[in-house]
Amino acid sequence: MPSVCFYFQVHQPMRLRHYTVFDQNDYYFDDYKNASICRKVANKCYLPANRLILDLINRFDGRFKVAYSITGVLLEQLLTFSPEVMSTFDALAETGCVEFLAETYYHSLSFLYSRNEFVEQVNKHTETINKYFGQKPRIFRNTELIYNNELATLIESTGNFDAIITEGADHILGYRSPNFVYKPKDCKHLKLLLKNYALSDDIAFRFSNRAWTQWPLTADKFAQWISDVNGNGNVVNLFMDYETFGEHQWEDTGIFDFMRHLPVTVLRHPDNNFKTPSEVVDSYQPVGIVDVPHVISWADIERDLSAWVGNAMQSNAIHELYRLEKKIKQTANEQIISDWRKLQVSDHFYYMCTKYFADGDVHKYFNPYNSPYDSYINFMNVLGNLNSRCSKTSEKQAASPTPQQKATKRFLQAGSHINKPSDLQTITPCAPANQD
Amino acid sequence: MKVFMLGWEFPPFISGGLGTACYGLTRAMDQLGMEVTFVLPKIVESSYATHVKLLSPNSWVSSASFTLSEFKNVRFHAISSALQPYTTPDSYRFQIEETLRQKQKALGLSLSGAGQITRGDDYSTDMYTEVHRYAALAVELAKHEQFDIVHAHDWMTYPAGIAVSAFTEKPLIVHVHSTEFDRSGENVNQTIYDIERQGMERANKVITVSHFTRSTVINRYGISSDKVEVVYNGVERNGNWSLAETGIKKDEKLVLFLGRITMQKGPEYFLHAAKKVLELMDDVKFVMVGSGDMMNRSIEMAAELGIGHKVLFTGFLRGEDVQKIYQMADLYVMPSVSEPFGIAPLEALNNNVPVIISKQSGVSEVLTHALKVDFWDTNEIANKMIAVLKYPPLQETLASHGNFEVRKLRWKDAAAKCIKIYEETLVAV
Repeated sequence: MPSVCFYFQVHQPMRLRHYTVFDQNDYYFDDYKNASICRKVANKCYLPANRLILDLINRFDGRFKVAYSITGVLLEQLLTFSPEVMSTFDALAETGCVEFLAETYYHSLSFLYSRNEFVEQVNKHTETINKYFGQKPRIFRNTELIYNNELATLIESTGNFDAIITEGADHILGYRSPNFVYKPKDCKHLKLLLKNYALSDDIAFRFSNRAWTQWPLTADKFAQWISDVNGNGNVVNLFMDYETFGEHQWEDTGIFDFMRHLPVTVLRHPDNNFKTPSEVVDSYQPVGIVDVPHVISWADIERDLSAWVGNAMQSNAIHELYRLEKKIKQTANEQIISDWRKLQVSDHFYYMCTKYFADGDVHKYFNPYNSPYDSYINFMNVLGNLNSRCSKTSEKQAASPTPQQKATKRFLQAGSHINKPSDLQTITPCAPANQD
Repeated sequence: MKVFMLGWEFPPFISGGLGTACYGLTRAMDQLGMEVTFVLPKIVESSYATHVKLLSPNSWVSSASFTLSEFKNVRFHAISSALQPYTTPDSYRFQIEETLRQKQKALGLSLSGAGQITRGDDYSTDMYTEVHRYAALAVELAKHEQFDIVHAHDWMTYPAGIAVSAFTEKPLIVHVHSTEFDRSGENVNQTIYDIERQGMERANKVITVSHFTRSTVINRYGISSDKVEVVYNGVERNGNWSLAETGIKKDEKLVLFLGRITMQKGPEYFLHAAKKVLELMDDVKFVMVGSGDMMNRSIEMAAELGIGHKVLFTGFLRGEDVQKIYQMADLYVMPSVSEPFGIAPLEALNNNVPVIISKQSGVSEVLTHALKVDFWDTNEIANKMIAVLKYPPLQETLASHGNFEVRKLRWKDAAAKCIKIYEETLVAV
């Protein structure tokens, strides 16, 4: 009796403006571009897709369920540029059939470079989700589904989560199927949900591909593939970018109609149902342990980190960025810290990827740069300015520390790396997410 | 199939991209087994005889036939003429006077011994007349040759190509390496434009070195688009130089401009960008290699900008010196205002030097691992120069990916495409 578990990734980066080495201004973001892309995606994807999901939930009286992971950087943009999208997410949250997942607020690769920063961003995200949607996330997904044993151990040690989501990569599963719940190595209670990449990608990537032998993909056909799992798995995890609906697959491909008809065809089989990730975790026991000593992700064919840190420029940019951490946090300047964190958004490094650059492909999607080199130069110029702001701020501080700064300094000397009062607050347990 | 090629200078006498392209293309055709009769204008010098094996002094057209050991299927005919690539009517007149003076000196010595026959009235002092005289001589030469197709490179050989084609009734291909609009901006020389246009109109096929140039040919010369084909240039790969051998210690970064210092190449934008770089960085030198009618103006401009001590002018460099300068360079910049192709960036990448090229160049159609700028945007040029000099990972990634990329640009492919165009033309005729 396979349960279908949908989780949609909802994210847009804050793109940088054209910034030369001669620029002195400390505003780094391209508001016009970010606003227009945000509105465009809202109109083509977020609004129609949210309406559709809401409609389906109402129509099936709670039997259709989905999960979202919405990044903090997108939430900030939605609040400013497309607040109407926020109210549709609110409406979804109120149905009780929608679960919100936790991730790093800044959609960052911080797990790989700074554990302190990583934990702070996860906490900030959890708190933000709680604030807007009244749910305390129980399931964690890392940026780009980046995962290894260490991540599982770290997430378990926070005590906040029941499960982690990652890619059901062939090389970690071997002969095993992603259609079961697993347990990470070295973890006691944490569970692992693995993406069924074959079925997920049928929707996310192949749906409109006319060269694909299965084209056109109908809801009936897809529901049959799900029912085929019957007896050979508990859950089919369909994880994909939310922009699949209306952006990656345009409306005229029939993607919305497909989604509209999918629930009825899936539920036609009495053994099938829809579950949120938390319900999956509550319903099924792990069937085995998955050992992932090396880092995996959901990107490209390689399922590794090469799309973000594969070349010398990417590696240099990200190391330089995290090398500033201490200096940035010592300024205790909220604006500087926030700018630094927005530079951690993984997309900045993705734009620097030279892997498939010459061929031109998915890496170009909403890429504001003509070449990975331009993106690196721009990023490094911004980072250079940010660095000089830190130096200036610390000079000022050294000259005449205000009482507040003195306090901050004492606080920092006490050994904490926490930078903002808001980060210090423990998250008050709230009413558990509405689940049936 | 045999081709009658009206080309230009050969090593070691190369003064720019046109000679490099003729050499690379012909060499690749030779390797593909194509028979070529290569005709070029040449002022006969005494040193010339040592590089070539003379077959016969052809007294009737005052030309010398020879072969080069590295070419199996190519016969060369040097027609005694003062035509040179990149000359203008004015510079031609100056040059011809200079040449005649030198020749008179040399004639008395060893030249007659090399079997050369030169007449006193060899060269015309007017360039246009010389172009037509060259055409007449080329026809004389063609009478004694067997070939299937005529291939002429750039405007000075178009009249010769038209004449040879008309006389022998063989189809004509003209190869456009640059147009009057590239060389002179909007102030075109009408006579040259007319010659170019006539060549393109009379040709059965027009080959351009980029889509950039193809659209110029179509839009500004009114040539029917189905007649115009693009064949990108290639680059010779010869990576036998050792870095250690230059013997030059460097504690400063070196930014290179290499090309003719003319309006077309945008030297002033290079200097303005250099000025901006020097506002933020000190340990940089800018080297301008090449000569041209804007050289003196550029030297003055560097001084006016107050960066004279940071800009070096080497004049025109050849062969090994060019390799040395590439090995010393950290960055190559080509801010061309109008560049039909631009072989030099490929050579820079061949030497692992990253490149900044203008978007207004044909080569930007084929290079992805290069930084691209608008030639007029000196702020952005400076921004990118600084980034390359400041961030080694950028320099390395550009150089290594770019180096890999230019390996795909081979003269062999260019030659094969030309041969295919010959075949199609011959079928059509």
